[in-house]
Amino acid sequence: MSIDPVFEASGERHILRQAMGNRSFLIGLAITTVIALMALVSLFWTPYDITRLEVAQRLKGLSLEHPFGTDHLGRDIFSMIMVGARNSIAVAFVAVGIGAGIGVPLGAWAAAQRGWADEALMRLNDLVFAFPALLSAIMITAIFGPGAVNAIIAIGIFNIPVFARVARAGALAIWPREYILAARASGKGKFLISAEHILPNIASILLVQGTIQFALGILAEAGLSYLGLGAQPPMPSWGRMLFDAQTRLVVAPHLALFPGLAIVITVLGLNLLGDGLRDVLDPRVRRER
Amino acid sequence: MSLLEIENLSLSIGSTEILKDIDLHLEQGEVLGLVGESGSGKSMTALTLMQLLPPRAKAAGRVTFDGIDILNAPEEAMCRLRGDDLGMVFQEPMTALNPVKTIGEQVAEGIRWHTGANRADAENRARRMLARVGLPEAKFPLARYPHELSGGQRQRVVIAIACALNPKLLIADEPTTALDVVLQAQILDLLRDLVEENRMGLLLISHDLAVVAQMADRITIMRDGAVMETGETSQTLLQQKHPYTRQLAEASTHVPTKARQPDAQQSASPLLQVDNVVRDYKLRRKSLFTPAGAFRAVDRVSFTLNAGETTALVGRSGCGKSTLARMILALDRPTSGAITFNGHRLDSAADSELRAARRDMQVVFQDPYGSFNPRHTVERLVAEPLHLADKKPSREERRSLVADALTNVGLSSSAMDRYPHEFSGGQRQRISIARAIIMRPKLIVADEPVSALDVSIRAQILDLFAELNASMGLACLFITHDLTVARALTDTVMVMHEGKIVERGATGTVFDNPQTAPAKALVEAAPDLEHALERRRQRTAAVRATLPSQI
Repeated sequence: MSIDPVFEASGERHILRQAMGNRSFLIGLAITTVIALMALVSLFWTPYDITRLEVAQRLKGLSLEHPFGTDHLGRDIFSMIMVGARNSIAVAFVAVGIGAGIGVPLGAWAAAQRGWADEALMRLNDLVFAFPALLSAIMITAIFGPGAVNAIIAIGIFNIPVFARVARAGALAIWPREYILAARASGKGKFLISAEHILPNIASILLVQGTIQFALGILAEAGLSYLGLGAQPPMPSWGRMLFDAQTRLVVAPHLALFPGLAIVITVLGLNLLGDGLRDVLDPRVRRER
Repeated sequence: MSLLEIENLSLSIGSTEILKDIDLHLEQGEVLGLVGESGSGKSMTALTLMQLLPPRAKAAGRVTFDGIDILNAPEEAMCRLRGDDLGMVFQEPMTALNPVKTIGEQVAEGIRWHTGANRADAENRARRMLARVGLPEAKFPLARYPHELSGGQRQRVVIAIACALNPKLLIADEPTTALDVVLQAQILDLLRDLVEENRMGLLLISHDLAVVAQMADRITIMRDGAVMETGETSQTLLQQKHPYTRQLAEASTHVPTKARQPDAQQSASPLLQVDNVVRDYKLRRKSLFTPAGAFRAVDRVSFTLNAGETTALVGRSGCGKSTLARMILALDRPTSGAITFNGHRLDSAADSELRAARRDMQVVFQDPYGSFNPRHTVERLVAEPLHLADKKPSREERRSLVADALTNVGLSSSAMDRYPHEFSGGQRQRISIARAIIMRPKLIVADEPVSALDVSIRAQILDLFAELNASMGLACLFITHDLTVARALTDTVMVMHEGKIVERGATGTVFDNPQTAPAKALVEAAPDLEHALERRRQRTAAVRATLPSQI
C-alpha cells in the first residue's frame, strides 16, 4: 500500500512525536508555562501584599526576603512581576480573542463570498493596517480614557485585520480543493462548508498567528502601560514598572531590569512557541529538517 | 562500453529499502523504457543517475555514465555533468519552469554556465534550440514568460533546456503524463527525433505501457524497487514471460465485461437534458476604456442522457469539458441555455431549490488525494451527501448506510473509523465512489476518475464502475481524455472541441471511424499497446528485409 508521505506524517501521533523533538517548541512551551503559572499563582498568593507600602524598605537591593529587591514605595518586585504577568496575559489573551473572534469569521466570510464584499472588507483592512497600531491604540485610550479594558479593546481592534487576512488567505487556498466541490455537490452552503471544512484546515496557521499576536499584545500592553494608558495603579504592570524605574535607573537599576527581563523572556518564549508550532504543524517545513 | 551502466544498484533512505540490485545498461542512440507502477522506484533510479537524491539516501553499487563513476563523483563534477551531458525532463511542466524568468533566459542559462559563452552567443543557441523544439522565435519570442505558454509549449521549453547542450543521455520522467493525448503524441515525436538526430540515449520513465511500447527499443519493468524483466520491447511485451509483465499488459488493455445491455427501452423524458448551453468567462480588460472581452468555454452545447446510460465526454485539455460538467452538477451557472435534470431546471434555480436535484446526482473527481478533507474520518466523508436527505438519519442509520456504501465499492466497513491518508490511491478512489453512491443517485459525473491511478488499480476501478452501473442502473458521464477508458466503459461518446460538441455516437463507431478532424486527431494520438507493438514488429521486419547481407 503506497501512502503519500505528507499525509502519513500528519497523523496525530506523529505530531506529538514531532513536537517532542522540536527544541524551540519545547523551550517556548516551558517559558510560557512558567509565566502562566506565575500569573495563576498570583491570584491566590504572592510573597508580599503588593498594595501594602513599606517606605522603610524602599529601594532595597536583592536579598533573601526580596529576591528581586523592592521598589521606591517598598513593594516587593517579585510579587509585582507575578501580578503584572497576570495583567499582561489577561490583556493579551482577551485582545487576541477579540482579534481572532471577529477577524477569523470576517476573513472566512470574505473568502467564501469573493467579489465586491471581499474587496470592500480587504480594503477596509488595509485602512486599519495603514495606522501605526500603537499610535492608534494611544488615540483610542486617550479618547475613552486610560485603563486595562480600553487597552484590551484598542489592542484587540488592531488584531482583527491580521486574523482576517490570515484566515482569508488560508481559506482561499482551501476553497478550490475538490473536497469542497464535493461538499457543494452535496448541497452544503457556504456557511456550513466554512465551518466544517475550511476552519479545521486553517486552524494550524491561525494558532501560529495567535501565539505571535499574543507576544505582540504583551508588548503593546507594556507600551501602553509605560505611557500610563494601560492598567492603572495600584494594579502593577510591567510597562508601568519600567516607567517608574526610569527616573531611578542610576540608583536602583534592578527596578528596570526585572520587568524588562520579564517582558523579553515572555515575548521570546511565545515567539519560540509560535515558531516551533509552525514547524510541528507544517509538514513542508518539517521535512526539510 | 555502454553509455550508461548500472550494476547492483541499491538505495535506501533511512531504514527503508527503495531499490534492490538494479542492473541496467543503455547504449548511445538507444531508447530504454523504464516501466512500473507508483512506488516501484523508477523515479528514484533517475534521481540516482542525476545524484539529486533526498538527504539521508544511501546508494550502493556501481553507476557508470560515459566512463564516470557517478556514485563516487564529487558534487562539482556532477554539476558539470547535469544539464550538459546529462539532461532531465520532468513530469509537471507547470512547476519545472521558473515563472519569473523568460523562456530565452532559462534556456540560455545552462548554455552560459556550462560553455562560458557570452550572453549573445548563448541567446543565439537558445533561439536555435527553441526553434528546434517547435517554438520558432517569430511566433514565440525569447522574452515570453512561462505563464504565457500552454502546457505542451512549456514542456517543449523544458525539453529545450535539457537538450540545449546535446546531452549524451536524456532522462525523461513521465514527460507526457500531465498532457492530453494529442500533445503527448507531439512531445513523444519530438523526443524521438532528438534521439535520432543527436544519437542521444533516452531513458524514458513511464507508467504507460502503450507509450513505452511506441517509443522504446528496450524495456525494463520494475516493481517494488527491483527489476522484474528486461529485454527488447516487442519481444518482452508479446511473450510476457514474467507474470508481472503479463499482469501489467492485461491491466493496460483491460475492458470490463458489460453485464448489462444498453437499455433498449427509452423512457419518455431523458434524465438529463442540456439545451444550447453557453458559458462565457470574462477576460481581463486590456485597457481602461475598452469593454472586457469574453472567452467562450462552452459554446451552444446540447445533448440528452437517458437513465442508466453511460456516456463519455472526451476532448483535449482546455476544450471545456470540465466547465460543462460543473454546470451539469449545478456548481456553476451557464451564461445562457437550459439544463434540465430529472425534471428540475438547474440553470435558473436558487441554491435552496437544488436540493432535490442534488440528491440524484453525485461526482467523482480525478485526484484521490485532493478530494477528501484530510481531517475527517471516512465515515464522515462518505456520509457527506446525507446532508441532502429530507430526514436526518440517526447515528446508527448513518453508520449502516456508510457501511453499505463501503461494501458496495469493495471496502470493509471497518474502514469507516480511519482517515483518508491511511488508504492507497485506489482505495481512496473507492471511498470517493462510496461517497457518490450513498444517496443512491441516478447520475454520477466522473471527472477523469482513473487517470491518476496505476494501471492495475485503474482496471479494478473500471470494473467497479461497470458493476455499479449494472447493479444500480446508474447513468454515468465520464469526462476523460483517455480513449481506452471511454471505450472500456461507455455506450456512447461525445467528442468536444473548443467548447463545442463536434461528434456524437456509439463509442465503438466513433472511435473506429471518426468523422471530424478533432475526433480523428484524438483517435490517432491515443497510445494503444496492440497497435504500437504491431507497428514495431512491421518496422523491425522492414529493417531486417533491407539488410540481409550484413547479417
